[in-house]
Amino acid sequence: MSHVIEMLGIRKEFPGIVANDNINLQVEEGEIHAILGENGAGKSTLMSILFGLYQADKGVIKVRGKEVSIKSPNDAFDLGIGMVHQHFQLVHNFTVAENIILGKEGGFVYDIKSASKKIKEISKHYGLEIEPDMVIEDITVGMQQRVEILKMLYRDADILIFDEPTAVLTPQEIDELMVIMKNLASEGKSIILITHKLDEIKRVAKRCTVIRRGKFIGVVDVATTSVNEMAAMMVGRPVSFKVEKAPKTPGEAVLEVENLNVLNNKGVLGVKDFSLSVRRGEIVGIAGVDGNGQTELVEAITGLRKIQSGSIKFLGEDISTLSIKDRNEKGLGHIPEDRQKRGLILSMPIASNMVIKDFDKAPFSKNGILNKDAIRDYSQEIVDKFDVRSGEGIDSLAGMLSGGNQQKAIIGREVTEDPDLLIAVQPTRGLDVGAIEFIHQAIVAQRDKGKAVLLVSFELDEIFNLSDRIAVINSGRLIDIVKTEETDVHDVGLMMAGIKAENKEENK
Amino acid sequence: MNGIWDVIKIIIPGAIAYTMPILMGALGGLYSERSGVTNLCIEGLMLFGCFASAATIVKLQALGMNYTLTIVCGICVAMLASMALSYLHALASIKLKADQTISGTAINMLSTALSLFLAQTITGSGNITIVRGIIRNNIPILSKIPVVGPLFFSQTYWTTWLCLIVWGVSYFLLYKTNFGLRLRACGEHPSAVASAGVNVHKMRYIGVLLSGMLSGLGGAVILVTYAGEYNSGAGINGLGFLAIAALIFGQWKPLGILGSTAFFGLFMTIANTGRVIPGIASIPTGFLGLFPYLATLIALILSSKKSRAPLASGQPF
Amino acid sequence: MTKESTKVIKEPLKVKKVPSFLVSITAVILGVIAGSILILIIGKNPIVGFERLLFGAFSNKRRIGNTLSMSTQLILMGLSFSFAYKTGLFNIGGSGQMLMGGIVSTILGHYLPSSMPKPVYIMIVVIGAVLIGGLWGLIAGFLKAKFNVHEVVSSIMLNWIAYWLVYDFIPRFVKDQAIAVKSKPLDFSRTLGLEWLRKATGMSTLNLGFLFAIIACVVIWFILEKTTLGYNLKAVGANKYCAEYAGIKIQRSIMISMAIAGALAGLAGLTYYCGYSNLMEMGKMPNEGFDGIAVALLGNCSPIGVFFAAIFFGALKMGKGSLAATGIPTELADTIIATIIYFTATSVIIASFWNKIYKKRYEKKKAKLEGEEKK
Repeated sequence: MSHVIEMLGIRKEFPGIVANDNINLQVEEGEIHAILGENGAGKSTLMSILFGLYQADKGVIKVRGKEVSIKSPNDAFDLGIGMVHQHFQLVHNFTVAENIILGKEGGFVYDIKSASKKIKEISKHYGLEIEPDMVIEDITVGMQQRVEILKMLYRDADILIFDEPTAVLTPQEIDELMVIMKNLASEGKSIILITHKLDEIKRVAKRCTVIRRGKFIGVVDVATTSVNEMAAMMVGRPVSFKVEKAPKTPGEAVLEVENLNVLNNKGVLGVKDFSLSVRRGEIVGIAGVDGNGQTELVEAITGLRKIQSGSIKFLGEDISTLSIKDRNEKGLGHIPEDRQKRGLILSMPIASNMVIKDFDKAPFSKNGILNKDAIRDYSQEIVDKFDVRSGEGIDSLAGMLSGGNQQKAIIGREVTEDPDLLIAVQPTRGLDVGAIEFIHQAIVAQRDKGKAVLLVSFELDEIFNLSDRIAVINSGRLIDIVKTEETDVHDVGLMMAGIKAENKEENK
Repeated sequence: MNGIWDVIKIIIPGAIAYTMPILMGALGGLYSERSGVTNLCIEGLMLFGCFASAATIVKLQALGMNYTLTIVCGICVAMLASMALSYLHALASIKLKADQTISGTAINMLSTALSLFLAQTITGSGNITIVRGIIRNNIPILSKIPVVGPLFFSQTYWTTWLCLIVWGVSYFLLYKTNFGLRLRACGEHPSAVASAGVNVHKMRYIGVLLSGMLSGLGGAVILVTYAGEYNSGAGINGLGFLAIAALIFGQWKPLGILGSTAFFGLFMTIANTGRVIPGIASIPTGFLGLFPYLATLIALILSSKKSRAPLASGQPF
Repeated sequence: MTKESTKVIKEPLKVKKVPSFLVSITAVILGVIAGSILILIIGKNPIVGFERLLFGAFSNKRRIGNTLSMSTQLILMGLSFSFAYKTGLFNIGGSGQMLMGGIVSTILGHYLPSSMPKPVYIMIVVIGAVLIGGLWGLIAGFLKAKFNVHEVVSSIMLNWIAYWLVYDFIPRFVKDQAIAVKSKPLDFSRTLGLEWLRKATGMSTLNLGFLFAIIACVVIWFILEKTTLGYNLKAVGANKYCAEYAGIKIQRSIMISMAIAGALAGLAGLTYYCGYSNLMEMGKMPNEGFDGIAVALLGNCSPIGVFFAAIFFGALKMGKGSLAATGIPTELADTIIATIIYFTATSVIIASFWNKIYKKRYEKKKAKLEGEEKK
């Protein structure tokens, strides 16, 4: 069979790191070809090279047997290559149609009406339901992804790259996407699926190229290779994704949220009438698609956002009007969603970052004067205990650390405070398996010590692996709270879409 | 009754004259910020336009050129000169990814110093005065309409109509054309534009250069309408910053900035013609002078809550 | 993380990074080159020009005294901008804060009884200038914190409000009967001038203000480096989201930072109008507000850097008076200052230029070492 895409001996270096080292990729016409690798393995770099966002340092790219040079996305479009990005490339205050035609408007004065008509035709043909006049910020994440796909089809792309397309979808939306992808393939489109999720590969892909730490590991036939074999290829050693966790009886309630209402950035209720409690010795996981009120909920509990009504009780005391600092001092730890935005000051050294919550207290300062020795000793302790690796120890700027080490530093800082409640939001996003295991163990250790943990994650696997109970949130409402062992991915997925399973009522 | 009418007849045409330069500055800022580059050097660009047009007009008039023609040349030179200066800001903020606030401040200082340096070289003093500005004209027929005629169509500068045309064309460009769609997208989500195969840097260069061109026009209009001189001491009295405030107050939209610049123009007129207006003539000059700036501060406070600034403005790509 | 990957990350750290003073010096050299080109364009000799500049600034005791006296304001204004900048704020309102400090000290100078002992008098005017300057800065900080009004735009408006207030206050409170647009000159005993210092420097304008500026440098350095307040403000400046998350009160920090910056500028108003000069003019916006930005940026916003950058700019500004004889417009000095800031703003190129040189050197060394290893 002919290869529609061939990438041979691709090498790409960034300052300090070799992202791609002699990687080969061959995609057959009309197949769904998966690229499997851990976070940071170099999958996205490889695809950015194919899409013209980066240029390879070495290597050959052939499209339909002909050697080509792809210098910009325009070159890629001309070759019929389109990419559905992991982070949607959509302008939030433009309409669907405007986003789709952007860059390929035709004429000097664009004709939005005929464009909308063409978009509707395409969407009907491929079963991608869409309303061209809707504004992006008003439509769901699933619909936004359809816009991304339509953008490619509008440009007549017949080689489609999907970069981690399922990260933001509910299980049911994932099912739909899988059907769409199969449809597209049967229409003759060739699809490259970038992912680190093995079950998705099993479901749709024909062959799979495995990459580890920038290096080409091999190509496997998906049907004849087991999930465990692929996982071992991806990580380089046999791995079990299950976290060891002994059963534990929860104690008193640490956090009690009652009838909470919180406004989001648009000024409407992002959290609606939400009630939840987290007890000592348990991990409560909040499952939901990104943007359904998780951020607002966490910000309300930690004090970053004002509440409209309701109450937040911490060990029986209402903390909903206390300052962030007071809440921290009462024993609330928080691993923030965006470690580089909220978690660390990247331009300051690790030592300063480790005391950012306590620099104004003894022993780190006295009468307003800092005690640098105390700060250094304390930071060194955290760095040693949590195995935070960096070039210059505690003097390294936080921004110089790898993502995994940054996250270890944050967890170290939060856990060393020994908080009664630890709120962990997306604690393993973008990390490799080694770091994920380390962080999962640290979170479970908190629970085993009799602390309460509130976990927010968009990765259902993580929620199921760690949580004792799962609370499902949809458009700011609590759909239901269920015990992990009494539910499954399918039911939770339905609840994430806002549909409550009738027979689980008694668990509430 | 007659007294009030006389006052209105002074204020409205004056307000229109004061509005146009601010409108051009604000419109320039709009192009730049919508493309994603914060532009705090409108003041410097306008000042440079004012200087360049003054120097050109004085030199050409000395050669005996027809005076209307010299004004046209002056305006064109001003637009080119400010555009050249804005290129420095574009280069720093787009290509070199410098801090845009610092770069803007540097351009402001450079404009003040360089224009004064050149003015001293050319005329030997820090001021350049032109002999004649634009002669005001009544628009035939329209100026005869009662009420509206005397207020809007009598004794007008032709540059006012030029500015309004520029505004209209800008509205069309921004909202109806490919160029506008791409430019606006660059200010909101540049990587989306890049992934659609459009050169973000090119769009941003165009945005900044247009802001230079329009600010230059605004500066020249100050000179050829009410000011009549380039004065190194007072510069342009912070009009460029008023333009930025108008941009914020007008929510980064053409219609909004037309309204907000008219609002500021009105206050500038009251401040400058206050002495001839009965009722406020007794207010000390100093307090009249600070009035527009105080009004601007209050306007900024009022409009700050619902800011719709372009998301990616100020962020290098 | 495994050992291999940390090794990969560690490698480029060994390449020496360019120190900030080298970037500043490069910017200065580029500014001087740009100035020379300008002089050449108008047909004069740049060497003569710069020689006159140096002559004007340093050729005798009095000139050196005047240069230091001119630098006094620049040090304080540079510190003012730097301090706010460390908190992520762009204090372009120095001119207004300085004007307010100046007018309050001028009025105090005229109205406080002349029988008051000088130390007490000085203390009162210093407090007055610092408080009003601080208030003027605080307004911009307050508007930023509570209403999210961009401090650049609000400070500019406050500059013009101060300008018109001074315009009103001079004739109202401290009118000079002889010259309508100026304030009545202050008696020498009511300025910051010291008799012995004046005599020691050949009747220059050097005054107590220079000491204040040095003290301010030390205090600001201490606050930024050694105190929790400094840590707090720097954290807000470096990443306000993280600071907020950690429980630091952002709005309070913004207001404190702007107030301190304003206070420094207010003090500069005192040293300028009641030290360097002894009167105020109507309708004059001081340039120092903008020059302070240049000083701060060139001095990399560190107190010691600010000190030296201010002396340098002070020399340029003082020396330019001697340019007149050569036919080179005195504005040359300000043009050079503006060019230097532009180059500091685009210091990325300068830094990358030096980094490239360092990297080449490093690679050469590495290749050599590897070659030796093979042998």
